[in-house]
Amino acid sequence: MGAFSRIGNQLYTGQRSIDFVGRKWLWYAASGVILVAAVLGLTVRGLNLGIEFKGGNSYTVQVATSSQSVVDKIRNDLNGSGIAAAATPTVTTAYNPVSNKASILVETRTIPSGSADDLKVQSILAADAGVDANQISSSTVGKSWGTQVLHKMEWGLGVFLVLVALFIWAYFREWKMSAAALLALAHDVVITVGVYALSGFEVTPATVTGFLTILGFSLYDTVVVFDKVRENTKNLRASRQSYAGAANLALNQTLVRSINTSLVALLPVAAILVTSTLLLGASSLKDISLALFVGMAAGTYSSIFIATPFLVHIKSGEKLVKEAARRANARAKKDDKYAAVPVFTEDMAIEEPLDADMIGDEGDPIPTQGHTPGYRPTGDLSGRTTPESKSPVRDSGAAGRPQPNRTSRSKRK
Amino acid sequence: MASQTMRPSRTLFIFGAILALAYVLIGVNNAWKPQLGLDLQGGQMVRLKASTQQGGQTLTSDSFALARDIIDQRANGSGVSGAKVTTDGGSGIDVAIPGKGQASENIVKAISAPSQLRFRLVVCSTGSDTICQGLARSAVGPLAKRAPFASPSTTAKPTPSASIKPTASTTPTATAAPSATPSDVMSLADAKKYFTGAGLDEQAAATAYESYICGTPVNDVPGKPLVTCDQPDPNAKDANGNPIPAAQQGLRKYLLTPAIIEGTELSSASYGQSANSASYEVDLSLKDAGSKVFADTTAYIAGTGGQFAITVDGQVVSAPTASQRIGGGNAQITGNFTLDQAKSLSNNLKFGQLPVKFDVQEVQVIGPELAGSQLSAGLWAGAIGLLLVMIFSLVYYRGLGLVVIGSLMFAGAATYSLVALLSKGAGVTLDLPGIAGLIVAVGITADSFIVYFERIRDEMRDGKSMRVAVDAAWVRARRTCLAADSVSLLAALTLYFFASNDVKGFAFMLGLSTVIDLVVFFYFTHPLVKLLSLRRFFNRGHRLSGLDARTLGVDAITVGGKA
Repeated sequence: MGAFSRIGNQLYTGQRSIDFVGRKWLWYAASGVILVAAVLGLTVRGLNLGIEFKGGNSYTVQVATSSQSVVDKIRNDLNGSGIAAAATPTVTTAYNPVSNKASILVETRTIPSGSADDLKVQSILAADAGVDANQISSSTVGKSWGTQVLHKMEWGLGVFLVLVALFIWAYFREWKMSAAALLALAHDVVITVGVYALSGFEVTPATVTGFLTILGFSLYDTVVVFDKVRENTKNLRASRQSYAGAANLALNQTLVRSINTSLVALLPVAAILVTSTLLLGASSLKDISLALFVGMAAGTYSSIFIATPFLVHIKSGEKLVKEAARRANARAKKDDKYAAVPVFTEDMAIEEPLDADMIGDEGDPIPTQGHTPGYRPTGDLSGRTTPESKSPVRDSGAAGRPQPNRTSRSKRK
Repeated sequence: MASQTMRPSRTLFIFGAILALAYVLIGVNNAWKPQLGLDLQGGQMVRLKASTQQGGQTLTSDSFALARDIIDQRANGSGVSGAKVTTDGGSGIDVAIPGKGQASENIVKAISAPSQLRFRLVVCSTGSDTICQGLARSAVGPLAKRAPFASPSTTAKPTPSASIKPTASTTPTATAAPSATPSDVMSLADAKKYFTGAGLDEQAAATAYESYICGTPVNDVPGKPLVTCDQPDPNAKDANGNPIPAAQQGLRKYLLTPAIIEGTELSSASYGQSANSASYEVDLSLKDAGSKVFADTTAYIAGTGGQFAITVDGQVVSAPTASQRIGGGNAQITGNFTLDQAKSLSNNLKFGQLPVKFDVQEVQVIGPELAGSQLSAGLWAGAIGLLLVMIFSLVYYRGLGLVVIGSLMFAGAATYSLVALLSKGAGVTLDLPGIAGLIVAVGITADSFIVYFERIRDEMRDGKSMRVAVDAAWVRARRTCLAADSVSLLAALTLYFFASNDVKGFAFMLGLSTVIDLVVFFYFTHPLVKLLSLRRFFNRGHRLSGLDARTLGVDAITVGGKA
């Protein structure tokens, strides 16, 4: 781990720096591709809505004694039956203590009564439970998540988003941070919903819960990253960095934390996702852990690659930010006159227009001050970097005469 | 908590003591196992069927949807009990409640009660009124004239009662049953006539009164006088342990005027323990129109010994007298309620009366949806994931990794104790979404420590000694974590108040674990790190401390003053 930590130090000091902010278009493009795929998945394949949203069938199998092993067998057989509507059934045992009757309740998504699939499901049930087909009664189940519930949820979400936007604005004193955080949030949610559409996993109330978890987590992570950005860009007027540079340094400094957090947060979820996908076949565990995994991964990604570059992007027009960028550019130029000169390649154009943002304050190179650019003497071993001289050292006008001195005679050497 | 005055060991001790106290509470209440949700442990399922033969009401899809919503509200109460309400497309509603045994069976029964609450005046009743005693069983004659109560107060005006149409809103307000049109409720002035004989068909009333036997079902029509009894005690047993039928419980019989206040006038209901006895009471608050009538009614019977009666589903739950005019519209029902009865009654009243009557068809015990194999696999997977987290933090943070593990364990212990206690006290159940919330919380909790440790490392890279760095990093990490956790908390609160019942349990768990995260971070992790910063092992940068020069990637760490 030593090497990783050393990298951590270099990231902290800025010796090693990944240019997150500068390559914003790359990230936008990458996310754009994923988002387009997600939206396509949504429009073409659509979401695989569960019983709670669409209603379905319910079968009651009268049995002598209902055991959990039979229930598990039915669940697996229906899952492997190839009937899409019965892929993720809810199977429970039921017992009526009054009439002393045991039964098995099976809920699937809507299967037209009397259709081939319906008969097939019934035959599977009869075979697994070891009963006659006439012991099975079927009825319909209404949806429990009607439009009203969804309507209420929409309200809740709306209120939540407004509150969060206000909170972030109040905390950071920067509405653009609210905008960037909400953009990252939308990005995460669309990607997660898209993954659902593409994977064909069923959307159940458990899944909805997963989505909501993502809302919280995505914003949480963005706030942690933005807190560092705010800290680095606090004194923009006095700082030697441009806003973009400071934000990028903040990203590099929180990078280790982001990687560690996403590892720690994703490990348990990933373990559950892998186990439930490999071992359990159909289960709500699988549904919810997929939502969590995708959403949390997207949440940590978007805080770094989308939210912060976008924030820098929309702030780049501000007066203060512009001035800081100009100062930082001028300084960079002074340190390295040839920073803007491109490296020679074979197929290079003979003349290239200079980048607009590479031109300094007045647009002309700044005359150097008599010693090598970038060199600054340090004070004697104090570790302090002496401030830049305003002008070269002039000869003194003393002409060798002793000058008045404040130290007492006894102290003079 | 200024760092100068902080005594880390004392803070740790207090934190540990509080946690130990929580576990003592669990032990005393024997609440070691939190109540699991439907999907994890199964429960009871009631099949309800709407009976369409009640007062000639027809079942419309609107009133059915309304009934479904009200039953959902009642079953879930505060929304963390994890009950599931489904319709079977026709006129049946299935209510599934987690847990087994008598308690959940009682809830099941209570849920399907129509809970129509009405206020009526008592014309006469057995045992309390000479008029009724004068009635010989054999010769049913007209009731003796009862002197009207004190001169009718001049301020009493018939109040127009608000007309409420059944809407299909899901707001838990009492919504008028389709049968209860405003004309059903009588103004107080009209109700008073029943005491002068002008409004009462005495012959019929006396016959009805005499022939009524307690315990037989009544037809509770608001616009007509009603003969009924006290609510029978369903759990009354004789010496041999056999249940006593209602007719033999010595209940009081009443003759009541038509209703003067409908249950639709309720704005809220709550329950609590009576001030002077071990039984429970239900407190009602009335809306404006209702409280005006209530004030006039109490003024009318004040000091005369006259009673008004509060009936629920046609049975008298309370028939108090009034000693003075009661304004403000707050009434109390002080029957001999048990906790469960008071709870379910106040719950039912709060969420409105059912527009249709439902009959219980059957009650079944249902098994868990997540079969044993799934639950154990999920738990194993979660445990393995947590183990990986611990290994990772040990490898990466070395000595500080122990702090992560300790903090996570303490957070886990605190969460478990709170879930267990709330499960006992507030009926919180732990279902799969709730567990998902807790799993996510692991990440959010660990993130606080990671932010803090990375900060400490950064401060040390700037050349601070560990002891100074711990404090400097704390100030900044605290700020970050407070801001970020506020967002989580905001999410949890908003979802709790706005979302449907399925999501409430999750939101509750998320909020709970966020608060626990903050508490552990402030009162466990930070003091612990501070204590460790006094140890040579850490502040001299031992190779295994996780804070040595090599790990930080610097040439040499600053060693503070005397360690």
